[in-house]
This record gives sequence, C-alpha cells and structure tokens, in this order.
Amino acid sequence: MIGAGGAGLRAAVAATERGLSVGVVTKSLLGKAHTVMAEGGIAASLGNVDPEDGWQTHFKDTMKSGKFINNWRMAEIFAKEAPDRVYELEQWGALFNRTPEGKISQRPFGAHTYRRLCHVGDRTGLELIRTMQEKVLATDTKVYMETTVTRLFQNDEGRVVGALAYTRETGKFIHFKAKAVVMATGGWGRIFKVTSNSWEGTGDGVMLAYHAGAELVDMEMMQFHPTGMVWPPGVRGLLVTEGVRGEGGLLKNSEGDRYMGNYDEERMELSSRDVVARANYTEVKEGRGSPHGGVYLDITHLGYDKIIQKLPTMHEQFLKLADIDISKEPMEVFPTVHYTMGGIKIDPETAASNVPGLFAAGEVAGGLHGANRLGGNSLSDLLVFGRRAGEGAAEYVKSNGYSTDIPESAVEEEKKRMLDPLQKQGEGENPYHLQQELQEVMMEHANLMRTGDSLKEGLGKVLALKDRLPNMKASGSTLFNPGWHAVQDVNNLVTISEVILRTALERTERRGAQWRLDFDGPDDDLGRVNFIVKEDAQGEVGIEKRDIPPMPEHLRRLFDENQDMSGGEKTGKESQF
Amino acid sequence: MSDRTNITDIAEMAHAPAYNDDAANTGETRTLQIFRGDGEGGSLVPYEIELIEGMVVLDAVLKIQAEQAGDLAVRWNCKAAHCGSCSAEINGKPKLLCKSRVEEYDGQEIKVMPLQAFPVVKDLVSDVSWNYGVSAQIQPFNPGKEQAPFTMYEEDVERLYEPKKCIECFMCQDVCHVLRTHHKHPEFAGPRFFVRTQWLEMHPMDENNRLQFLKEGRGGVQYCNITKCCSEVCPVDIHITDNSIIPLKERVADEYYDPAKWLMRKIRGNRRNGSANGNGGTRASHKRAEIRTNG
Ligand SMILES: Cc1cc2nc3c(=O)[nH]c(=O)nc-3n(C[C@H](O)[C@H](O)[C@H](O)COP(=O)(O)OP(=O)(O)OC[C@H]3O[C@@H](n4cnc5c(N)ncnc54)[C@H](O)[C@@H]3O)c2cc1C
Ligand code: SF4
Ligand code: SF4
Ligand code: FES
Repeated sequence: MIGAGGAGLRAAVAATERGLSVGVVTKSLLGKAHTVMAEGGIAASLGNVDPEDGWQTHFKDTMKSGKFINNWRMAEIFAKEAPDRVYELEQWGALFNRTPEGKISQRPFGAHTYRRLCHVGDRTGLELIRTMQEKVLATDTKVYMETTVTRLFQNDEGRVVGALAYTRETGKFIHFKAKAVVMATGGWGRIFKVTSNSWEGTGDGVMLAYHAGAELVDMEMMQFHPTGMVWPPGVRGLLVTEGVRGEGGLLKNSEGDRYMGNYDEERMELSSRDVVARANYTEVKEGRGSPHGGVYLDITHLGYDKIIQKLPTMHEQFLKLADIDISKEPMEVFPTVHYTMGGIKIDPETAASNVPGLFAAGEVAGGLHGANRLGGNSLSDLLVFGRRAGEGAAEYVKSNGYSTDIPESAVEEEKKRMLDPLQKQGEGENPYHLQQELQEVMMEHANLMRTGDSLKEGLGKVLALKDRLPNMKASGSTLFNPGWHAVQDVNNLVTISEVILRTALERTERRGAQWRLDFDGPDDDLGRVNFIVKEDAQGEVGIEKRDIPPMPEHLRRLFDENQDMSGGEKTGKESQF
Repeated sequence: MSDRTNITDIAEMAHAPAYNDDAANTGETRTLQIFRGDGEGGSLVPYEIELIEGMVVLDAVLKIQAEQAGDLAVRWNCKAAHCGSCSAEINGKPKLLCKSRVEEYDGQEIKVMPLQAFPVVKDLVSDVSWNYGVSAQIQPFNPGKEQAPFTMYEEDVERLYEPKKCIECFMCQDVCHVLRTHHKHPEFAGPRFFVRTQWLEMHPMDENNRLQFLKEGRGGVQYCNITKCCSEVCPVDIHITDNSIIPLKERVADEYYDPAKWLMRKIRGNRRNGSANGNGGTRASHKRAEIRTNG
C-alpha cells in the first residue's frame, strides 16, 4: 500500500484480513495524512436524522453534483456501501456525535438532499484516521513511515512487481518487492499557490501510475473549496470547513448583502461547492470584496456556546492564527484549491487500474466524483474503495503466480536518477523557486474560471519550466533533506500541471469545476464523455475522448429526466460568467 | 453566446484576484536561532528573515528553508494545529511551530530546537517512532460480540471526546520528566498513552481490561507523580492529569489494593473483564455505571 491516509489504511486492513503480508509506505508519520485534516464529516445515508434518506438519494446527489460524467457504477457502489463502512468504523472504536435516540448524528452539507454527514465536532478526519491507524497497528502489517516511493517496477509482461523508495531520515533506498501495489497517495493541490493541502499533496501516486502506463480520467477537474482563509498571508488557503455553512454560516459581501440568492436561490450557502466558489470569486472580482480580498462568512448568530460545541477547531484556528473571534466577528474567506476529482481510472468492482498489479483508491483515483465532489463524500470514498482495493489486490495476488524479480540494473538506474541532483556541480535551479513559479502559473492560468487563450499561455509557461527541470540541484546530503525531496516533487507537479492544462483545453464547456468563460454553458456531447490521459510511446501526454457507457435502467429510473439530467448549471447570475 | 460579455472582460475574469502580499511585509527583520545538527551534535545557527504580518514560527522556518537553507529539516503537514507534526521546542518549551506567532516573542530571542525526550535525527526533527511502538502494545478497542450500530447516548460518551482530541504531537511525552530526565522509555508509556487508555477503558462498549498493562505491563502509571507538566503543554487542552491519569490511577488502586478484588484475581487468574460478564446489554450498562461513579 502506498499511502497511509484513510484509503491506504483501509486497503491494508482488507488485504491483511485476506491473509496477505502487507506493508504500508507513507511520506509522513502515521496519522498525519490529509485525512487527519478533514473536518466536516463523512457522508453516508444512514437516515438517522432524516429517515427518508437512502442510498438512492445519495447516489442521485453524487451524480448530479458530478454533472453526470461520474462513473455511475462507482457512485452506485459507493452510495450503497458507505453506511456499512461508517458502522464498521464505530465497531473499531470511532466515536461520532449522537442523536437524542443514541444513534450517530448527521449534519447538513452543501447539495446533500438530507442531513447526511456523520461527524464528531469538526475533527471527523482525525477520528477516522486514528481509528484506522490503531486498527492497523494491531495487525501484522508493517508500516514504513517517512519513506517516499519514487518509482514502480514492472516485469516483462508489464505487471507491477514492486517499487523503489528512499527513507527521508537517511536517504537509504529500499527496494520493495510486491505482487500487487495499491496506490493511495491522495491529491495534488500543491501545484497551486493557494491550497488547503500540505506538502504531501504533490501527486506522486498519479505520476507513478502514469509512468507505468495507467489511464487517468477527468484530470481537468480540480475542486476549489469556496472558503479558505485569506489573512494573514501565512494561513492563506487554509480550509474553513463547510461545516460552518452546514451549521448556518452566511456569506456576505462588503456591502453587507447575502448574495448567494443571486447564484442559487434555492440552496443558498449550501449550494454545491463549484457554485459557491464561483459566487465568492465573482463578488470579489466585481469589487465587493473585503479588505484582504475575500468575502465574509458570518456565524456569529450561532452564539459562543454553540460555536464552541460544534466548531471548536475553527474557533481556535481563527483566534490563534488570525486574531479573530468568530463568535463576535465574521471570517474573511476566498476559494482555495482543495481536492482533485480526477485521477487513476479504476474498475469499480476491484479498484484495479488498467496496469496489471496496480490498484488505486481514495483521492488519487478518479471517476466517482465526476465534475464536482460533494463535501463529505471523500471520507466515505476512502473506506468504500480502500476496502475494495485491498480485496481486489488480495484476489489478484492469490490467482496469479509470477516472480517479483527485476534486473538489478533497473534498480541501480533509478537510484542514480534520484541521486543526480545532489551530485550536480556548479550553479543549478533551486527546486523551491521552481515550485513557486509553477504555482504562480497555475494560479494565473488554470484557476476556477478558465479561457482557452489563458490555458494555452499557461501551457507554454509550464513547458518552459519543464525544460528547466534537469537543472535542479540540491545541496547537502541525503540525511533528512527537504531540498532534495523537493526536486522529486517538482518533477511530478510540472507533468501533472501539463496534463491539467491540456485536458482543460479539451473540455470546451462549463461543467462543474471546469468553467470555460469562452463557452456559454454545458455541451451535451461533452457531457457524454470523459477525457482519458495516458502516456504515449514517445513519453508525451496522450488524450483520448471516451464515451461514458449509458446508465442502466435501474439507475436511470431514479432521475426525473427533465429536471435532473441537464448536467451543467445555468441559474441566475452564473450564466454571465 | 448571447449573454457573453466582451472578451477583455472575460480575460480579466479568468485572472484570479491578485493578492498584495507586500502589504503584509512589516519592513522589519527578525533573527531566529535554529538548531542545525544531528544525533551526534550541532549548534544554534542564526538566520535573519523579513517579518511578515501574522507570521508563525513555522512560516519563518519554511521561509528560511526556501531561501537560505534548502536542507533544513522540519516536519509539518496541516499548518493549522490539527495534525501534530510540527512539534519542536521554542526557548526550551515544547510548542507547535504552526501555532506559535513570531510576535509572541517580541523582545525575546527565538531559539528553535527539536524535541529533547527522543533521539535527534536532524535539525528540528526527532525520532518519535518509539511512540508508535508503545501504541501497538495497547490492547485495541474490543466490543466483543456487540455489533455496530451501537446505541450510545451523548451522556454516555461525552467524556470520551476530550481524550479523543489528541493530535499525537508528543509534546506531553517530551515534557514529562519520567521520559525526559529519567529515560524510563522501556517501562513507562507516557501521558499520551494514558490519554488513549482512558478512552478505551471508559468506552461503554469496550470489553478489554488494560489495568494490568498500566500497573504491571509497560504502562508504568505508578511512575507518574502528577506534576501536571503534560497538561500544561497539550495544544488541544486535554486535562491529561486530571481527566486521564488520575481516574486511571484510581481504577488501578481499586483493582489492585481492594483486598476482595485482589483475591478474585488470584483465584480467576488474569481473566479479562468481558468474558466474566453476562450479555452485552448488562455489560454496556455496567461500564456506564463505572463512568458515572468516576465522573
Ligand atoms: C483541510 C481538509 C479538510 C477536508 N475535509 C473533508 C471533510 O470534511 N469530508 C470529506 O469527506 N473530505 C474532506 N477532505 C478531503 C479528504 O480529507 C481527502 O480527500 C482524503 O483524506 C484523502 O485521503 P487519501 O487516503 O486518498 O489520501 P491522503 O490522506 O492524502 O494520504 C495520502 C498518503 O499517501 C502518502 N504518499 C503520498 N505520496 C507518497 C509517496 N511518493 N510515497 C509514499 N507515500 C506517499 C502520504 O504520505 C499519505 O500517507 C478534506 C481535505 C483537506 C485537505
Ligand atoms: S503528570 Fe505524570 S505524566 Fe504528566 S508530566 Fe507529570 S509525571 Fe509525567
Ligand atoms: S495528549 Fe495533548 S500533548 Fe499529548 S500528544 Fe496528545 S495532543 Fe499532544
Ligand atoms: S503542522 Fe499540523 S500541527 Fe502544526
């Protein structure tokens, strides 16, 4: 398992239970992955608060919000299995807030029809990852902390049979021999300057898979969370949980208007993330922003006691880092890059990629969320498909016999490539600066409003950066050396950026997170396809437009064709921009 | 394309609002002394940086890393005091670097060192892996035959929210003299793991008994002499001593120094709690009762 977020840990438990010998590799310490930062909750149609809820509604909400380019089979499996995964967490010791009847409590969240997010205050991700971590520690699974994988190895038949990694502490290389690999490395928010992601979000896994021949899907779809912090500069992009709006937070502009009515009259602040993000962006662009370039998010009416009970982490975060008491003053917020809907294309049943022996789950996998992810759907995604990936891998290992040996020369070659930036003489490029330049380019050209011209210009700049990659140089030794580690990150980030820009150029419409200002609205033909990316024989980015198979009758029946299935959104003010 | 605005507006709209970061430059500079070295030794090295409004010490360290010392080792993830990665010592006290504002130290030096209760790896990074080993030795949650969904009321579980907040920053471990000064790592689990044991022991559905671990096993709760230093440094305000350690000590005392219980233990051997109990329902209420008497 590469990755120790919710997905990797759940996969490890599944594979261990099936008798496999499992190792988990993670770049950070155990329990520090992005999963720990999730605040709002985990979506599952338990129906504890709204008994009308069921998998069908959850499925429908997920598809609608994904603007129907989601993989419907993944969404069906997901909606059906999410409740079991939540109960399983409870079985393993996780503790959620309770209803008066003694059941798991559920809160409302953007574009979920019913109150559906199981939560514990605003630290749900911590509860999830700690539960999974403790579950894994109690098994024989070996955990390799602070170890970074840099390459997958394949045998002559193209099967993945292992990986090379280095330990951050000493820089020592480890050659893992594995009959199957589950990629659970999370997303790539760090190609943008303003992001809720940590240093880990560099998309290593998607690039490892891509270079091994895996197909990627929906790479143009980046989620901008509507509410990131804006001030002071050090915290810009830090997430302000959607739970604030779930608990009744109101968005206002500098004129004191509660403007969401102009963008989505019905759902207001609890509209889907793409809509709210664009609304916030538009208000600021049109000159109704706050002094630091944000809009106001106001929860003061909830009162101190309720805030401390329901949003303690947010209260503390603002008080400590921004000198703002959110029970007395509104917060200043602006969209921040948050989540990657796209990723490795997988088989919904087994989470297998098209590369034999390579599985994927969690944020690094694509398909479930389509053009926009609903809040809370990620945490349940991790568990549903993490489990399936672990089981899929176990099945595969048991039914296939082959050696995991590869020529020693391949290992040596990779080590040499890794050590190169440390051995370079003379002047070289500073990887941190290159990363900053890339982040600026992506902020400018691939933001939440896009145009063809700007995307093309961005692509030109990224390709120019790509030419400079071989000049990167790191000083110091292999002992815990972040500069050396950053070289590797930047290599990945540049290629991912190229993929995003190229696919965003292909999708010439407005759909979910992909909002092309130079096109008017959704394009029905594009609503029936995904863009599939695969490295071609020359090592260049190959893009294929692939039809989405039609939805089977039992799922189609769930929708009211006229109202539900139009795909894009053209309500109110939105259509102008 | 009827409602399309003209092209210059579109191009302008696609341009994210530019932030004026310069407005945040205070024009002042600040010097931080940062430990550079490894397990063998090292020294404090001064770095001067431009001071930016609202800056936390982690921002300063990362700025130094990006501009002056690419190989400066430091851990961080969330930048929001949620993950517990960035713990180190500022002027000798354990702190989350992402939660410590530079301006808090106006008029003082800022000396940043790695956690001292664990072996230093490099610069601001210590080897905390020992903690995960201890964690693995604690009997995990075990609800026996009981199957989720559980019926548990807010009043049954509200005491558990506090210990469950722990972000594993290990600062309590760092400050506890039993580890820091007396190096009892092989016999003493440390406050972090008393916090964990507390919620496990008090969970209404849990059947395991960890008192033996605390007293005779590697828990070593008896080494704690309730100095409360751990509670003082906890970044998420867990009252480690009052709400975790003291109740556990009481339970150990009950179990070990109550003559009747002592005799029972001799007779029954070290059988676990749950196996001696009746069905799930009684068990849950039995545990609940325990919570209440302790609360
Ligand atoms: C601030 C924040 C709040 C959020 N809130 C919510 C919420 O309320 N509800 C919700 O559903 N979702 C939420 N999300 C999204 C959700 O938390 C993430 O999408 C999810 O946790 C991703 O989990 P994962 O297991 O796929 O990957 P991650 O948790 O990102 O873990 C990735 C793992 O892969 C490892 N890794 C990466 N590269 C390598 C490599 N090269 N070698 C070895 N290991 C590697 C990392 O070390 C890490 O262990 C939030 C996200 C953030 C950032
Ligand atoms: S109260 Fe006990 S555990 Fe806490 S620091 Fe003091 S001796 Fe250590
Ligand atoms: S109990 Fe507090 S101080 Fe100790 S590890 Fe947990 S969060 Fe840190
Ligand atoms: S970086 Fe997560 S606690 Fe400081």
